[in-house]
Amino acid sequence: MIQKKTGRALATTALALLLSAGVVAMQPQDAKAEPQRGGTVQLAVTPEPPSLMLGLFQNGPTQMIAGDIYESLLRYDTDLTPQPSLAESWEISDDQLVYTFKLREGVLWHDGEPFTADDVIFSLDVFLREVHPRWRPTVNAQVASIEKTGDYEVTITLNEPFEPIMLSFEVGTTPMIPRHIYEGTDYRANPMNATPIGTGPMKFVEWDSGSYVHLERNEDYYLEGRPYIDEVYYRFIPDAASRAVAFETGTIDVLTGGSVEIFDVPRLEQQDNVCVTTAGWEMFSPHAWVALNVREGALAEKSFRQAMMHAIDRDFARDVVWSGFGTVANSPISSRTLFHSTDLPEYAFDPDRARELIAESSYDGETIDFLVLPYGETWTRWAEATRQNLEDVGINMNLVTTDVAGWSERVGSFNFQMTHNFLYQYGDPALGVSRSYVSSNIVQGNPFSNVMGYANEEVDRLFAEAANAASEDRPALYQRVQEILVDELPVLWMIEMDFPTVYRCDLQDFITTAIGVNDTFRDAWLQQ
Amino acid sequence: MPLLRFIAGRLVKGVIVLIAIATMNFFLIRAAPGDPASVLAGEAGAADEEFLRQLREQFGLDQPIMTQLWIYLTDIITLDLGFSYRQGRPVLELIMERLPATLLLTGAAFIFSLTLGIIFGILAARRVGKWSDTAITTGALFFYATPLFWIALMSQIIFALWLGWLPNTGFRTIGAGYTGLRHALDVGMHLILPATTLGLFFTALYTRMMRASMLEIAGSDFVKTARAKGVPEGRIVRRHIARNAILPVVTLAGLQAGQIVGGAVLTETVFGWPGIGRLMFEALAQRDYQVLLGVFFVSSAMVVLFNLITDVVYRVADPRIEVGR
Repeated sequence: MIQKKTGRALATTALALLLSAGVVAMQPQDAKAEPQRGGTVQLAVTPEPPSLMLGLFQNGPTQMIAGDIYESLLRYDTDLTPQPSLAESWEISDDQLVYTFKLREGVLWHDGEPFTADDVIFSLDVFLREVHPRWRPTVNAQVASIEKTGDYEVTITLNEPFEPIMLSFEVGTTPMIPRHIYEGTDYRANPMNATPIGTGPMKFVEWDSGSYVHLERNEDYYLEGRPYIDEVYYRFIPDAASRAVAFETGTIDVLTGGSVEIFDVPRLEQQDNVCVTTAGWEMFSPHAWVALNVREGALAEKSFRQAMMHAIDRDFARDVVWSGFGTVANSPISSRTLFHSTDLPEYAFDPDRARELIAESSYDGETIDFLVLPYGETWTRWAEATRQNLEDVGINMNLVTTDVAGWSERVGSFNFQMTHNFLYQYGDPALGVSRSYVSSNIVQGNPFSNVMGYANEEVDRLFAEAANAASEDRPALYQRVQEILVDELPVLWMIEMDFPTVYRCDLQDFITTAIGVNDTFRDAWLQQ
Repeated sequence: MPLLRFIAGRLVKGVIVLIAIATMNFFLIRAAPGDPASVLAGEAGAADEEFLRQLREQFGLDQPIMTQLWIYLTDIITLDLGFSYRQGRPVLELIMERLPATLLLTGAAFIFSLTLGIIFGILAARRVGKWSDTAITTGALFFYATPLFWIALMSQIIFALWLGWLPNTGFRTIGAGYTGLRHALDVGMHLILPATTLGLFFTALYTRMMRASMLEIAGSDFVKTARAKGVPEGRIVRRHIARNAILPVVTLAGLQAGQIVGGAVLTETVFGWPGIGRLMFEALAQRDYQVLLGVFFVSSAMVVLFNLITDVVYRVADPRIEVGR
């Protein structure tokens, strides 16, 4: 059924077509197959998360595991169309200011308490407003009030139209938090954080530190007959080569995105009953670039940055370093999300043009430090390839290595010249893109702000205006901002990334939503 | 009585050394860039100043560093290893949970390498120059020189992937629900590869040392005398040569035993073994200061303890050695 929906989207929207281009192998699908009950699935997730309390922690592995324990008001199709979850229907007023959500009745928390509008108010207006680094700015800047308008109805009123709010109700941004457990407590010290309680299809059973997290089927789930799978184990195997061996020997059934080295994927894909998909990341659409500290030196000059863009062979990076996964990026806005422009100048791989531009710049052979992103072998190889590209046109580069904490610290305190980074796009430029380029976000302390130090008043104005503009006015504003950024290059966009998931083809309807790698087990079933 | 006085004196010194180590560790860790809050922010993929401020306040990182040190040292003296805010649990609990797996692994590797090393060393020394000696010394050289992680991965590929005899990762079969004898057998199967891998380096070391030491002592005057007296050859090897040759091996074994708690980081990581080495390695990457300090503390306590035990074992192995002050 869900497959059919995807099929329709493929036929009708160009966006989905682009998405499907990244799908390497679709599961062999009998569209009419009736889901079967039962079975156990073992997944490798890396690294082991600090906690499963999704309201307090938003690490990738936390989201992958807890995304089946907790739920939010909505889910999203792979083309980012909202679908019912805890909200069964919703209405948006004509002036785009009032959003009314009708909640599903008869939903129970895993401890048996009923889920009501009070929980939604507590989650959105109290708990997440206080602790969630992505919901907090949205709710504080855009929302006038969040009110209970019935036991199963919640009304959110905005200050101004803010279309992207409809993309905020996925489980990682606004997980519903049980009021009866957290109200009036010190959230971070609440002992119940160790045994998370949600409304989702899977219930927490046990966390054996260093080994696995065990979830089991929620018998009282509100969708008849679901979930289909009985037991799920998320396993922590720290070494990438051992994870691949464990998959090959059948110890585990799924290598989640990010837990398999990209250069292992083509080999694993050759084997029997192994499927590979790049779906389930549409909401995040990780966008990889080379961040440049544009405050001083040659990096402050536009022509020098353009020279580097011509010098770096991005097709080679995609085809060789990333084993063919991903799409070459040409814009600050990913082609996999909304408002991407196809009408932009492109920087072709052209070392001669790069040399010309360098000659025009003030660069005279000084060594530029490149801080290697410490996220595994592939990033190191990519940094080496980049150095070679730049040295070919006469730019001297020195690779500097550090660990994750050191990288966060250095980039977050602007103590770098160049580094790789990749940021989630969160579906809408107002949520995931503008943060990297607006001057108000040149703040120290985290590597995901405007660490480049790029400031342009026109860009600031356009992003601010576009966020609160009426739907029909937004494309033109984002077109303009993309034109400016592509000319000025505050960062060098490299690749719209794929994190392939490798799994046994027996798993059906495995990834069905725009955050499918996180909310997997509502729909997934095992062919037996 | 002198033995008891010796032990008491060493224990007092040990406590002083431990406090000095704890203080040094404290500053060493702080010298690394980044802190637990910045790591969490980095992992979350999004953060603002408020998020970092909340975390630092909760972790106690907003206190002056000397205050933090004072709190840490006073806690340590009462054997309170602190609280991991990242994992939301007391450090002692985290360490105790991982300790059995590590002790099993390093203990098995210790017994394996010591037994095999001594046996191979004696065999090689007895057949010096023959093909079996060449085979043993070549093998020992190979495992002495080969990096551990390579052996680890190769053994996984051969025994888990190609032959399918042994599991390649983990402590037990997850989700199988084995109990009793079946459980013990299951853990044993999982133990074989990591324990062998971890033990091979020391096996090689013991073999080489035992062989060299045997050969050296075999040429001594008292051995010649024993032979001249007509003592049977087996008895000479057991009582006269091996007993004397074993002393350097005991020294080395003391070193290995000291690492029983903290020394298996690589093996535990490659084999997904849920022990203390991995806890430490991950805490290091995450700048989980309290856990890291806790593991350091327990490991250094073990080193101090095993040094003491080694000295006592010397005395038992060779009564001529007096335990000094």
